[in-house]
Amino acid sequence: MHAASGSPPSSGAEPAHAGRSAAQPAGTATDFAGQADFAGKADFAGKAVLEPADIGRALTRIAHEIIERTKGAGDVVLLGIPTRGVPLARRLAERIAQVEGHQVPYGSLDITMYRDDLRLRPARALGPTQVPPEGVDGRIVVLVDDVLYSGRTVRAALDALNDIGRPRAVQLAILVDRGHRELPIRADYVGKNLPTSQQEMVRVLLAETDGEDAVLLGDDDEHSQHSRPSMHSRHSPGGRP
Amino acid sequence: MNRHLISAADLARDDALLILDTAEQLAQMADRPIKKLPTLRGRTVVNLFFEDSTRTRISFEAAAKRLSADVINFSVKGSSVAKGESLKDTAQTLEAMGADGVVLRHSASGAPQRLAGWVHGSVINAGDGTHEHPTQALLDAFTMRRRLGRLDGLRVTIVGDVLHSRVARSNVLLLHTLGAEVTLVGPPTLLPVAIETWPCAIGYDLDAAVPKSDVIMMLRIQQERMNAAYFPSVREYSRRYGLDAARMALLPEHAIVMHPGPMNRGVEIAAEVADAPRSTVVEQVANGVSVRMAVLYLLLGGMSASTAGTAGTAGTAGTAGTEVPA
Repeated sequence: MHAASGSPPSSGAEPAHAGRSAAQPAGTATDFAGQADFAGKADFAGKAVLEPADIGRALTRIAHEIIERTKGAGDVVLLGIPTRGVPLARRLAERIAQVEGHQVPYGSLDITMYRDDLRLRPARALGPTQVPPEGVDGRIVVLVDDVLYSGRTVRAALDALNDIGRPRAVQLAILVDRGHRELPIRADYVGKNLPTSQQEMVRVLLAETDGEDAVLLGDDDEHSQHSRPSMHSRHSPGGRP
Repeated sequence: MNRHLISAADLARDDALLILDTAEQLAQMADRPIKKLPTLRGRTVVNLFFEDSTRTRISFEAAAKRLSADVINFSVKGSSVAKGESLKDTAQTLEAMGADGVVLRHSASGAPQRLAGWVHGSVINAGDGTHEHPTQALLDAFTMRRRLGRLDGLRVTIVGDVLHSRVARSNVLLLHTLGAEVTLVGPPTLLPVAIETWPCAIGYDLDAAVPKSDVIMMLRIQQERMNAAYFPSVREYSRRYGLDAARMALLPEHAIVMHPGPMNRGVEIAAEVADAPRSTVVEQVANGVSVRMAVLYLLLGGMSASTAGTAGTAGTAGTAGTEVPA
């Protein structure tokens, strides 16, 4: 479903990206969120770049930064992008509540129907969209996702948000920023900047969805598959399992 | 999932669940201020109706428009069909217009199957003769799951004119796939030949079936298709196979009453039953839009069927196994 969090690039929507070969594969593991073949760590031999404690510390710092930048997080709404942005939004809400002593509304925002690469692949299952009862009008919405890559997921999320209401401001919190942006999008809160090559894959695992916390970095061992427009090179040859 | 939706039997369990889960997500949209998604922008959906139907056509039209598709309504009156154009000629016209999806309602059983062989787009059966009406079955299953929380093991009793009912046939096939136990009840004259080969139980006594039902679905007596005497009088039919307040009282507490509409109040369903809180008639109409959006999205939302070829088929099947994330 969400895919584009880290969604690769080139491959997809625009054939020849400046300065980059359209043939390049690229794909973050996170793209597979929701894919049937996604099986967790076992099928992905990567090295851990963030341990559970690192993820915890990064989220705690982001929570503090949100509080600081929004002057107490009084009118903040956290919206996670499925799959892994959703538990991250919840964890941030918990941390903010611990510090500030008030609950911050959180929910989820599915962007599948707003993706720019829908026509490149068969229709995919939708994720949940749950907007807290407070709504988003006049509030500061913080979008939360696991990996920031091409920026296409975030673009889709902004469109989706537009159909739900009119926030006073929209900010972006991300656990891992791996670079290679294809759109003029940046994160306001970053857990870790992770310089990567496009041949590498980043996979975020979370206890809620994968049974454990970790951020893994590994080689995309199928980057020889040039022709396919799929973003999910490694795990879904042919665009699908 | 196949490129077309012609029969409820074409849907594997995973396909059907994917449609219901997708519809569940789309149903939330009904509460939003902006009830529109950009997903099918630039795609053309033709509603091709050779038989009168207000609610099904409107439901498909609303579904397609909420997904931003261009909708062309093509109904018999005022079209060349009335001048004798054949289904094949119409198909070629649609093909020339570049229809990505064709929603077909036809009085001849099997018409969608024929059409599917002539066009490149996806064909969605919106009711063919006395054969099938798969999206109705999907919205019925969706309504049952929403009200009762499950489909597996659910006891569903479908009552009345099964012989002329495409709704009954599609429901039996789909509900069987989804694990429900279906019982058909009606006068022997209104049960089709070879019904014993259907994956369901058969009964002739409504009073015996009612207390054992989680869902009771009343079928419309289709006067327009009745060219013979199937029962002595409407009054007698109503006494034996109509759902009135007294019969409704025999239902288990949690059971729901369904009707695909349009209702013959006082014939197969009493007015007080139709308007009871456990009646889902109005809900079914609302759910119809969500379910049809899901079908249109899953058939037309991805790679276009004509270019995707087999990849499209394999692909949707792949996602079908996907768990909807919490």
